[in-house]
Amino acid sequence: MGYRVAIGTRSYLFSDLKELMAKATPPRSGDRLAGLAADSLEEMMAAKIALADLPLRTFLHEALIPYEADEVTRLIIDGHDAVAFAPIASLTVGAFRDWLCSAAATTAVLARLAPGITPEMAAAVSKLMRNQDLILVARKCRVVTRFRNTLGLPGRMAVRIQPNHPTDDAAGILASTIDGLRYGCGDAVIGINPASDSTARIGELLRLLDGVIARFDIPTQACILTHVTSSIALIEQGAPVDLVFQSVAGTQAANASFGVTLALLQEGLEAGRSQKRGTVGDNLMYFETGQGAALSANAHHGVDQQTLEARAYAVCRAYQPLLVNTVVGFIGPEYLYDGKQIIRAGLEDHFCGKLMGVPMGCDICYTNHAEADQDDMDTLLTLLGTAGVNFIMGVPGADDVMLNYQSTSFHDQLYIREVLGLRRAPEFEDWLLRMDITDATGRLSAGQGGPALLAAMQDRAA
Amino acid sequence: MSGPEKPPAPGRFADLARLTPARIALGRTGASLPMREVLRFGLAHAQARDAVHAPFRPEEVAAALARLGIETLAVESAARSRADYLRRPDWGRSLSPESLAASHARRGRFDLAIVVADGLSSTAIHQNAAPLVEALLPFLRRHSLSLAPIVIASQARVALGDAAGQALGARMVLVLIGERPGLSSPDSLGAYLTFAPRIGLTDEARNCISNIRPGGLGFAEAAFKLAWLIDQGFRRALTGVGLKDESAAALEAGAAAGLIPED
Repeated sequence: MGYRVAIGTRSYLFSDLKELMAKATPPRSGDRLAGLAADSLEEMMAAKIALADLPLRTFLHEALIPYEADEVTRLIIDGHDAVAFAPIASLTVGAFRDWLCSAAATTAVLARLAPGITPEMAAAVSKLMRNQDLILVARKCRVVTRFRNTLGLPGRMAVRIQPNHPTDDAAGILASTIDGLRYGCGDAVIGINPASDSTARIGELLRLLDGVIARFDIPTQACILTHVTSSIALIEQGAPVDLVFQSVAGTQAANASFGVTLALLQEGLEAGRSQKRGTVGDNLMYFETGQGAALSANAHHGVDQQTLEARAYAVCRAYQPLLVNTVVGFIGPEYLYDGKQIIRAGLEDHFCGKLMGVPMGCDICYTNHAEADQDDMDTLLTLLGTAGVNFIMGVPGADDVMLNYQSTSFHDQLYIREVLGLRRAPEFEDWLLRMDITDATGRLSAGQGGPALLAAMQDRAA
Repeated sequence: MSGPEKPPAPGRFADLARLTPARIALGRTGASLPMREVLRFGLAHAQARDAVHAPFRPEEVAAALARLGIETLAVESAARSRADYLRRPDWGRSLSPESLAASHARRGRFDLAIVVADGLSSTAIHQNAAPLVEALLPFLRRHSLSLAPIVIASQARVALGDAAGQALGARMVLVLIGERPGLSSPDSLGAYLTFAPRIGLTDEARNCISNIRPGGLGFAEAAFKLAWLIDQGFRRALTGVGLKDESAAALEAGAAAGLIPED
């Protein structure tokens, strides 16, 4: 058994499907750390050549992580939509790539196909695609979600205000939030990573954001990015929880390291839905993921990190999320070493998620121990904006003073809107115009738009 | 495109910047950051990059702890260089064979082991580890907790504490580690608490308090939170997702009773 490829006088043998997948993966430090990477570039190409000939349906019969051992595998196999898959059932992975790039793969066709795509299929084809393919095909995929506004429409991109503060200080968080709103950010979510995991403190932050949204009647949603069990407890205490957050990964064991199971995520979804706080829809889960999460929890089963990341999207997909965010460069250089690897991973993640029908956004980011800088983030932002990313982060000055990493800023989203003409969520766009924060062209108003927002601070001081 | 917009009127948006260390009210030129902010960011990034690679001085930390009357034990992870450390987290989580033997040699019956680890910012440890330990000591004495020699670990990650705590025979381990440096906080210290430390545990078994530094969470408050978590961890025989930090109420009561000194 296995996959054999002859290149000239050399013969390469890949003993099983997961070895083939891992060795076909473009280079990244995490796969090398796991001992899974190809030993040479020629070996990587040999693996790609073999992978291109593999029938897509192989992934339905041959699980990379055993069905019996992993509830994520069971979710993928049991939830597979064979009818949706039928139009591509006879294709190889290579032919699938050609078909995706062709005019036959329209937005409508791809939307119908999504439930038939397993994460392993998405990951496999992405390994054969150049960056331009990942952009071209992702741009054709549309995933629209709703809670208090409509996200993911063509030609639009939303922004999360990320007003983190090192000690969760309410005035500081409010100041960052107001600054973000007056730059026209916040349609994806106003989402705080709390420094504390105290439910009392998190309850206060929820009421703070709920107060701002209610006061200015903002068509958006708030979220405190805390463990799903905390959100459930807060809902039981009557706190105003819009979105239920959780970090997830692509294996049962990695999710266990986050303290979650699929049943617990279902509980979180149901607790959130019981609130009925959405106005235009009930997509209310907010998930974050990132390549390397499973390996860092020693829960990767010998599978490459990009395939495991796509499996995390299968987890997300099951709970009709509003937002799925790949926090691509947060994990560090042992998984994605430099700007080149981070950029490639961001494009892969966005493509795989979109192909699977997941509302992908990206935290375009890096840490100070990675070989990357803001120029690399500019590049990835420009590429993902072109690819139709649903949302990005808006961090004041791109510097997260709580989590200690760099992302995209309020200014960065203005840049990409200016260059690509990307608009905000329609309901939010109308609100910004009403508030005189933006003008009819969507640019920031000529004055200091939104001075009314300052009233929120003055009320606090009073 | 016109020139830079006028700066906001005094007493308006610019005032918001005093409320947070975050980079707000920066102004703009068109869609872009003004030149001065581009340069300010570039300088901070250069300094943070330099901080990652600043050498750790464990002997200085040992001397500071000795002044508090605390015994220490210097260990190294299996990562022998900064380059190894950055690429191989598995090495940073393990003790070198010599350090494992040295830890076993100090084995005893301890309630708590404290591991001071360089992590990604030796600056954080040089500046903040000893003051935090000093703030924590009165709480440990009040609860009559026995403390193992404090382990000072080079090229270390959080999970190295599991190996050290297990080798020392401690019922709980507290790892104080340099967090990855942010642009505004190259000196941020994280504290990770793990009940029944043993090799192979993952993050769901830990409680974490981050951003401990003079400009973030102060030493007295951090020590109170840690003391609360340590106490509750022993009472419930667990740490991690099953133990929520509900120290805020206790903190208020403690402050009212005069138990928390000002920083």
